[in-house]
Amino acid sequence: MIKPPGKWEVIDFQELKDYRDLFFFLVWRDIKVLYAQTIMGFAWAILNPLIQIIIFSIIFGKVAKLDTDGIPYVLFSTVAIIPWAYMSEAMTKSSQSLVSDQSMLGKIYFPRLIFPVTPVLAKLVDFAISLFLLLAVMLYYRISPTWNLLLLPFLVVLMMSVPAGIGFWLSALSIRFRDVKFAMPFAIRMLIYSAPILYSASSIPDGYRFLYSLNPVVAVIEGFRACLLGTEIPWEFILPGAVVSVILLVSGAIYFRKMERVFVDVI
Amino acid sequence: MSKNNIAVNVEDLSKIYRLGLKEQTSEHFAEMLWSFVRSPVKNFRKYRSLYTFDDVDLAGDTAAGEQSDSILWALKGVSFSVKQGEVVGIIGGNGAGKSTLLKILSRITPPTRGSISIHGRVSSLLEVGTGFHPELTGRENVFLNGTILGMRRKEVTRKFDEIVAFSDVEKFLDTPVKRYSSGMRVRLAFAVAAHLEPEILIVDEVLAVGDAAFQQKCMNKMQDVGQEGRTVLFVSHNMPAVTSLCDRVIWLDHGQKVTEGPAQEIVGKYLLEGVDTTAHRVWKDSSSAPAGEFARLREVRVVKKGGDVTGHYCIQEPVGIEMEYEVLKGGEVMLPHFRIRNDNGILVFVTLDHDPEWYQRPRPAGRYISTVWIPGNLLNEGPHFVECNLITRHPEAPQFHEVDVVSFAITGNMEPGTARGDWPGRLKGIVSPALEWETQYRKE
Ligand SMILES: Nc1ncnc2c1ncn2[C@@H]1O[C@H](COP(=O)(O)OP(=O)(O)O)[C@@H](O)[C@H]1O
Ligand SMILES: [Mg+2]
Repeated sequence: MIKPPGKWEVIDFQELKDYRDLFFFLVWRDIKVLYAQTIMGFAWAILNPLIQIIIFSIIFGKVAKLDTDGIPYVLFSTVAIIPWAYMSEAMTKSSQSLVSDQSMLGKIYFPRLIFPVTPVLAKLVDFAISLFLLLAVMLYYRISPTWNLLLLPFLVVLMMSVPAGIGFWLSALSIRFRDVKFAMPFAIRMLIYSAPILYSASSIPDGYRFLYSLNPVVAVIEGFRACLLGTEIPWEFILPGAVVSVILLVSGAIYFRKMERVFVDVI
Repeated sequence: MSKNNIAVNVEDLSKIYRLGLKEQTSEHFAEMLWSFVRSPVKNFRKYRSLYTFDDVDLAGDTAAGEQSDSILWALKGVSFSVKQGEVVGIIGGNGAGKSTLLKILSRITPPTRGSISIHGRVSSLLEVGTGFHPELTGRENVFLNGTILGMRRKEVTRKFDEIVAFSDVEKFLDTPVKRYSSGMRVRLAFAVAAHLEPEILIVDEVLAVGDAAFQQKCMNKMQDVGQEGRTVLFVSHNMPAVTSLCDRVIWLDHGQKVTEGPAQEIVGKYLLEGVDTTAHRVWKDSSSAPAGEFARLREVRVVKKGGDVTGHYCIQEPVGIEMEYEVLKGGEVMLPHFRIRNDNGILVFVTLDHDPEWYQRPRPAGRYISTVWIPGNLLNEGPHFVECNLITRHPEAPQFHEVDVVSFAITGNMEPGTARGDWPGRLKGIVSPALEWETQYRKE
C-alpha cells in the first residue's frame, strides 16, 4: 500500500531487518573499496592516527608543554586521537552518504537510514585496527588494565552514536543544502579544539564545566581516557554527553525519516 | 473477478514536481547587495517549496494547480489495475510520466495524491547495474547488486553459477569492474537482474542497452518471466517488444492515461498519434466529395480480412484498402489506383486495379467498390498513408486524387515466419518482406 506521505513515522525495525543482507554488503563495500589500489592497504588505518599523534606530541607536548595531569603526552593523546579519528571520519562519511550515493537513491528502494548508518559501521574496522596502535603505546608505557576497562563497550556504543546522530541530521540536510559539504571540514576542526583531545578537560574553568559537558565528543574522549588509563571515571562529562547524544540520535532519526520521502525529488 | 487476483491497483494517482523557480535579477548594485544578503533566506524558502505543496489546491480540479507555472503534474489522476500474471506495457512519449509511475510503484518516491495497493513481492529494475562499484570485482558486484535488487545473500549464492553463465564474463570474474568494457558491464548487470524471482517485476527502459544479440537474450528472458506467471510492468520505446511481450498496454501522455487495451491495438493507435487521418473516410454529401467529370469518390476504408474497418495490423496480416465510388457517366475505361507512402513520405509502391473483369473495359454508370489486398509480410513496421486516385484512359484524365486520405499502422512482432523472426528490433528499409533463405554447407 503506497499513499502520499503522512505525518511523523518512527523507525521500521522489521523493514531494516528484511534488508540486513543489503546492509551487510554495503558496509562490506565501504570497507573493501576504501583501501583499493593502495600499497599500504589497511596499514593506513594505523598510519593515519600515528602521524597525527607524532605531530601533536611534538607541537603540544614538547613545544607548548600542555598540562596533561601528569600523563606522558604521547599516551595522553593516543587514547584520545584513536576514538576521535573514528568519529571524525565516520561523521564526514555519514553526512555525505546520501549525496555520494545519490544515483542509487533515485533508482532503487531500500530503507534510507541504511545510507548514513553504513559508514558508522564500516569505519569500525579502521577503529579496530588502530586499537593495535593503542595497545602498543599502552604496553610501552606499561599501563595495566583496570576494572575501568569494563566501561569500554558502553563507550564504543557512545562513540558510534555521535557520528550516527550527526550523520542523520547532516545527511538529510545536505540533500537540500550542499553547504554541508563545505562546512564539514570547518566543523571538524572546531570540534577537535572544543573537545579535550589535545588538552585535558580539567583545564576547563569550573563555571563552564556543564556547558562543556554537553558536547558528546567530550564524554567519549574523557571516557576513553579514564577507561584505558584507569583514572577516575568522569561521570560529570559522560552522563550529560550520553543524554545529548541520545537526543541527537533520536531527533536525527525522526528528522531523517520525515525528510526521506522527498530526498529523491529534491536531489 | 475476485479481489485477490489483482496484483497492482492504482487509483487516482498524481505526482507534482516543482520546477526550478525563476531567479530574480537585480538592476542596481545596492539591490544586488541586498538580495545577496537575503539570499540564504530566499534559498531556504525556495528549497522548502520544492516539496511542500500547500499553495496548490490538490483536491480541487486543475484550475488552481495550473495557475502556478512552477508546477508540473508528472502524473495526474492515473488509475488502472493489473492482474496477477499479466504482462503490461507502458508507452508514451518523453516526459509522459512513465518513469515517475514506476518510481512510485517501487516506493522510490511517494505520490502526491492517490493510492496504490500491491499484492506480492516487487522487484524493480529502473536501471541496469544500480550500485555497481568500479573498484569491486565482478564476483563482488554480483552479490552487491543482487542484494540491492532485493535478493537474499543465500539466493545469490544459489544462482551464482547461472548468473555467471548467462553473462558470459566468467574469465573476468575476479577483475575489478572498472576494467570491463561497457558491454561486459551491462551483460553482467542484466544477468543479475534476470535472475530475480519477484512476484511483480517492474522494468523501465533498460532493454535498450547492449548489442542486438544481447537484447535478444533479454527479450527471451522477459518472455520467460511472463510465461512463468509473474506479473510484469514494463516501459519500452521498442514497440515490437511491447506488442510481442505484453498482454495489455497503458498509454500515458503528459501525466495522464490516454487509453489502455490490447497491446496491438494501443500500440497501433500510439504510432498513428498526431497523424490526422483515419482508417475510414466517407463523403456523405455528394457535392463536397472529390469528383471529376466521370467519377466521384464516396468512401475509402482500410479493412482486415473479413471486412472489419481498422487502422491496426500485425506485420503478417494482409491489409485491404477499398475505395467506393460512383461512375457518373458510363462508357469510359477507368483505372483506380492507390499509392502507399510511409511516415517519411517515401513512396513505397503504386498499385493499379487489374481486376480482369474490368480491365480495359468501359464501365456502365453505377456504384463500385474496388479493393486491393496488400499481403502480410510486405510493408515494414510503422504508419502508412494511402493516396487514392482514379483516372480514365484514352485519353487519360484524372477524376479524383486524394492524398493521405486514410492511414494505417503496421506493428512488428517476433513470430516465426516474419522478416524479423526473433530479431528484437525493427529492421530498416521501406519494406520488410519475409523471404526464403537457403544456406549450403560445403565441407572443406
Ligand atoms: N525530480 C524531479 N523534479 C522535477 N521534475 C521532474 C523530476 N522527475 C521528473 N520530472 C518531470 O516529470 C515529467 C515526467 O518525467 P518521467 O516520468 O521521467 O517521463 P518519462 O519516463 O515518461 O519520459 C518530466 O517532465 C520530467 O521533467
Ligand atoms: Mg523515462
